[in-house]
Amino acid sequence: MADMTPTNGNASFFEKMMRIDRRVIFVFIGVALIFPMFLNVTQHLPVSREVQMASDALEAIPEGALVLFACDYDPPSAPELQPMAVSAFKVALRKKWRMVIIGLWPQGPQQANMALNTALADPRYKDVHLTEGVDYVNLGFQSGNEAVIQKMGSDIPTTFPRDYRGIPVNQIPIMRGIKNLGNFDFVVNISAGYPGTREWVQFGVDRFGVKMISGSTAVQTTEMFPYVGRQLLGLVGGMRGAAEFEQSTDNPGLALRFMVGQSVAHVIVIAFILIGNAAYFATRAGRKKS
Amino acid sequence: MRREIPTFIAFFVGIICIVQFFIPHWPFGGMVNTFSDWFGLLQAFAIWLGALNLIKVSLERSFNKKSHDRWYGIVVVFSFLLIAIIGLFFSGARGFQLAGTRFDFLYVNIYTPLSSTMFAILAFFVASASYRAFRARSWEATLLLVAAFLVMLGRVPLGDTLTGFAPDGYRLSDIASWIMTYPQVAGQRAIMIGIALGVASASLRLILGLERSYLGGE
Repeated sequence: MADMTPTNGNASFFEKMMRIDRRVIFVFIGVALIFPMFLNVTQHLPVSREVQMASDALEAIPEGALVLFACDYDPPSAPELQPMAVSAFKVALRKKWRMVIIGLWPQGPQQANMALNTALADPRYKDVHLTEGVDYVNLGFQSGNEAVIQKMGSDIPTTFPRDYRGIPVNQIPIMRGIKNLGNFDFVVNISAGYPGTREWVQFGVDRFGVKMISGSTAVQTTEMFPYVGRQLLGLVGGMRGAAEFEQSTDNPGLALRFMVGQSVAHVIVIAFILIGNAAYFATRAGRKKS
Repeated sequence: MRREIPTFIAFFVGIICIVQFFIPHWPFGGMVNTFSDWFGLLQAFAIWLGALNLIKVSLERSFNKKSHDRWYGIVVVFSFLLIAIIGLFFSGARGFQLAGTRFDFLYVNIYTPLSSTMFAILAFFVASASYRAFRARSWEATLLLVAAFLVMLGRVPLGDTLTGFAPDGYRLSDIASWIMTYPQVAGQRAIMIGIALGVASASLRLILGLERSYLGGE
């Protein structure tokens, strides 16, 4: 910065822009994110190919199917991933799937329970009364990362000998007849990193041939794109993906509401990038003159 | 023997894991399940080791009156003990994570908002870092800047509002989607293939005992 001596009034202004305090940016972003939360506004979104594929894949699963929900995330990723989980559970309730929930992250099963409870609180499903152990079961967390998936491919009851509540799996009605991953009609993976979608693709899909869609954080979505179409039957990425998923499954929720804040925040970031570049070129011209 | 036995275990387990991928039948399938159990057990012990190490480091820091960070150490030890004791003894044993338990209360009302807040702070730092990093200093930087600009606008509804006049397939969301689906995937595949080749070669070196740094020493 020391070499950017201002040579005229414009350069002086841009010089200030180059040195803008980051707290100013923080204030702009804070207002952009907080203010829209109080507005009950939702925006219509065009649904991207990979999210539409995910919705179509879920719609293609027949009523009463056995679906595995692998919830591999924790509260920090919940703003992006929880709306996806809620929407997926709402589809499950509508289509009366039998649900088995697991987590390769310790917090995953608890997040899944919260998402299922949110889905059940939707007035459209007020007549749905699930019986734990019969209509769904939460098998909880198991340590071992991809080794857990590997073992689930051959023997689920020994991989998860008890459920979330401590009941042995051989006493749980929904688990009767479930031996390995091949018994599931579909897998819905909600993933925030390692272990997550990549490991499910490598071991669950490639090795044992499960059909799967993934919901992942925006940060890791780019890494999952190469799998879309073959290994992944659909991909829901980030807050935008969650909002599109809510829209395409007809379950409007938090993600669609949060898109307003995200829109404003993106515009502010872009505005600051433009200002920063204008200042960069103006001060560079000043430096060359001097 | 301190080096030979672990090297032999790594060789044996590694070879069996590779073989069972192609021959998943007896005895290889069963052996890999046993190895998976061992792996889970080792990882569970590693979690304990990590937790105990965290407590040790934090306790040392807490008792060091000269350390500026001693209060952080005290908070870590207190929080660890609080959630461990509540979870182990006051939350209904195995069902400690069920809704309504004391552990669940701490999880929902303390852990969730605190960890979400920590993660949310990223939004502010990303905004500040973008302002400083995205400068058109070179041809490559300009390309990155333009791609970021298009994807950021294309991923929010405003992008389509601004380009609503354009025909289908040429709006900002379509352009962002094209960038994500083609150039981005090509780059990702290249990176993934490179990583996979690296992992395969590193794994072979471990299995064959050529790489022994994980045993400690030279």
